Amino acid sequence: MRKDAIFIGIEVKDEFTSDPALGAKLNEVCPVNIYKGTAEGVDIVEENIDECVLCGLCYDASPDDAVSVLKLYSGGEPLR
Amino acid sequence: MRFFEYEAREIVKRAGIPVTDYGFTTDAAEAKTIAERIGGPTVIKSQVLTGGRMKAGGVKFADTPDEAQAHAADILKLEINGHEPRGVLVDPKADVKQEYYMGVVWDGAAKKPLMLFSDMGGIDIEQVAEEHPDHVGRGHFSTLHPFSDFMAKQVIADAGVTGKALQRCTPILARLAQLFLDNDMILAEINPIAELQDGSFVALDAHMEMENEGMGRQKALIKALGIGAEEGTRETYVPSAFEEAVHAVDAADHRGVIQGKDNGFDGNIGLIIGAGGGSLTLTDAVRQQGGKPANYSEIGGNPSVAKACGLAKAVLQKDGVEKIAVMMSIVSNTRVDIVARGVIKACLELGKDPAETIAIFRIPGAWEDEGFKILDKYGIEYCDRSVSLWEAAGRAVEKIQGAAA
Amino acid sequence: MSILINKDTTFIIQGITGREAINLTRECLDYGSKIVGGVTPGRKGREVHGVPVFDTIAQLVEHNGGVVPDGSVVTVPPAGTKDAVFEALYAGIKTIVIVTERIPRRDVAAMVELADLNGARIIGPNCLGLIVPGVAKMGGIGGPAKNAAQAYQPGNVGVMSRSGGMTTEISSTLTAAGLGVSTAVSIGGDAIIGSTYAELMPYFEADEQTQAIVIYTEPGGRMEAQLAAWVKENNSRLPIIAFMAGKFMDDDEMQGMSFGHAGTIVEGKEDSATEKIARLEEAGIPVVERIDEIPALVKQKIAERSAA
Repeated sequence: MRKDAIFIGIEVKDEFTSDPALGAKLNEVCPVNIYKGTAEGVDIVEENIDECVLCGLCYDASPDDAVSVLKLYSGGEPLR
Repeated sequence: MRFFEYEAREIVKRAGIPVTDYGFTTDAAEAKTIAERIGGPTVIKSQVLTGGRMKAGGVKFADTPDEAQAHAADILKLEINGHEPRGVLVDPKADVKQEYYMGVVWDGAAKKPLMLFSDMGGIDIEQVAEEHPDHVGRGHFSTLHPFSDFMAKQVIADAGVTGKALQRCTPILARLAQLFLDNDMILAEINPIAELQDGSFVALDAHMEMENEGMGRQKALIKALGIGAEEGTRETYVPSAFEEAVHAVDAADHRGVIQGKDNGFDGNIGLIIGAGGGSLTLTDAVRQQGGKPANYSEIGGNPSVAKACGLAKAVLQKDGVEKIAVMMSIVSNTRVDIVARGVIKACLELGKDPAETIAIFRIPGAWEDEGFKILDKYGIEYCDRSVSLWEAAGRAVEKIQGAAA
Repeated sequence: MSILINKDTTFIIQGITGREAINLTRECLDYGSKIVGGVTPGRKGREVHGVPVFDTIAQLVEHNGGVVPDGSVVTVPPAGTKDAVFEALYAGIKTIVIVTERIPRRDVAAMVELADLNGARIIGPNCLGLIVPGVAKMGGIGGPAKNAAQAYQPGNVGVMSRSGGMTTEISSTLTAAGLGVSTAVSIGGDAIIGSTYAELMPYFEADEQTQAIVIYTEPGGRMEAQLAAWVKENNSRLPIIAFMAGKFMDDDEMQGMSFGHAGTIVEGKEDSATEKIARLEEAGIPVVERIDEIPALVKQKIAERSAA
């Protein structure tokens, strides 16, 4: 799943989008509520994407490469 | 938040301080009814949030209920310093023997509330303090330890007052001190507190101001006084559409703080500036270099992208504003990249080219590398800390006013 | 040397799981500060950038082997700030930085009074904390470690400012001029604050590294008068240079309006920029027109004092 706002894009690899435990965790760690945990798994809240503060806590909370934060103003360069 | 006299008197009354048997009304016929109930001469007082109402003819004396009605009708139509009266207060004309002053304010240097008392009531306390310092008693009190009446007594005694007046005023000043703290006031004043011919003491006027920051926990009192949320904080002037728009953006999101003002500004330089100190410095710098700002603003406390965007939109939607200058003192917690995102988003959403619209962007500091990448991408002229606030303000004046002239 | 904090100072973050607190925790750790824990009620067991989170300060102290940290940075919302600061004071914490703004004065006064009784010192509220360049920072002052290093290099000028942003702006100017900073304190912009210019002067006076003081000031309040009085009474060894912002507020069309920090509300004639400048200059404290005039004047004043 990939969603882009003006400045930031968020990608959650498809194999992780239906993991409710990951959804709940991302929901808890993200300080600007970009991720929403649902019964089905992970959802991305579009209107909050550009509020991303590049803290990387979503990377820390996820298995390897599950999520990517992309800087659209810098050629789509990933945060990590 | 400021209170009308009739509200201030109600607050005083609720604290157990004696008041006269007054009545408040917005209707001249009802003023007559109140005067009939009171019986005897009355005073009709305009209820406005501005000083000088006596001079302006907003206070009149009536011997009969009919006269009270006539005065009320006149006063209800009388605008004072641009303020429409909220209503009139019909007060029994008191038979005064002596007037006293009592008040409580914050003393920022001592960091404690300060009680003031004088036996020269009915006039401005600052004037009394200057001309007759020996007639003013002062005393701080604790916000931690319990209040006790002797503290009020000491202040009254220091003003040179003794006898029955000392004894009768002590519990009144003590109650005023307590209500000051209990209600998050920044000013609580009874002027005058009067000794009547019959020996009783009564508050003949009251002036109260609540700290805006305390309003959240004083909802019960505000509601009991019948003050609706639409009255806001009752600033001393009428907020402009711009000011209301910025306030709404700020209130909608708890992240960071933005403020915008344009009363007193009529230029064409849209200012997106911050923080508290930076805004004051930059406004001085723009004006001292011949610039005419369209507004004043403040960004602080790391606002969200949405909030920075909302402020920029409000400024850009002001009449005559084509370009904005985005400038701050070096930021620590507010982030360069977040503000850059916000102002660019505002331009894009209004269908404007960010590179054309943002005359200069001078915000160095936290996350400037990311911020500068964003500004590069949109072709916006920016500068780092090697360009001083003064120089940045000068460039803004040159680019915007030069272009407009 | 430095004032109030040094390389060994330990502190905690109250409200550590908030958006701003997460940031400033990262920044302080990167800068070399010793953060020994954080508190957010209900979040015990979490970690923020490796810093353990507790429900209460008592739990934190117990985890810390009974050792009470030296300081706390308080970043909780205004309604809970007084309680958080009381918790820190009752735990025996002696240096408290309050970042939160919009706290009612009644609460600030109570916190300051309790701190005085406990021999503790409050910096703020509505401030960014303090920094000893190259050693430690307590609070968001200067921002991320690498940005802080750009603005703050060790030197011999003490900085005190009612504006957090202007603390860094002035320090950056001093650093760029090769003077550097001994300790910079963002004292806060509210009408009542824990530590005023005059109250911090004795610390700078005792700090051998400090050879001059720069203050940033605004209309409103009596703090400059207090500083002027202190300077006269104590025959200070330190030259002081002031910058005053907000002169436009003296204009007629700006009367009755408030700008800037809560503390800038002009309540009387003595509060105005014009009056304050006169009072400071009378006490031998020159007031500059522009920030970029500060370094040359500081150098001149230091030279004058060392020649005397």
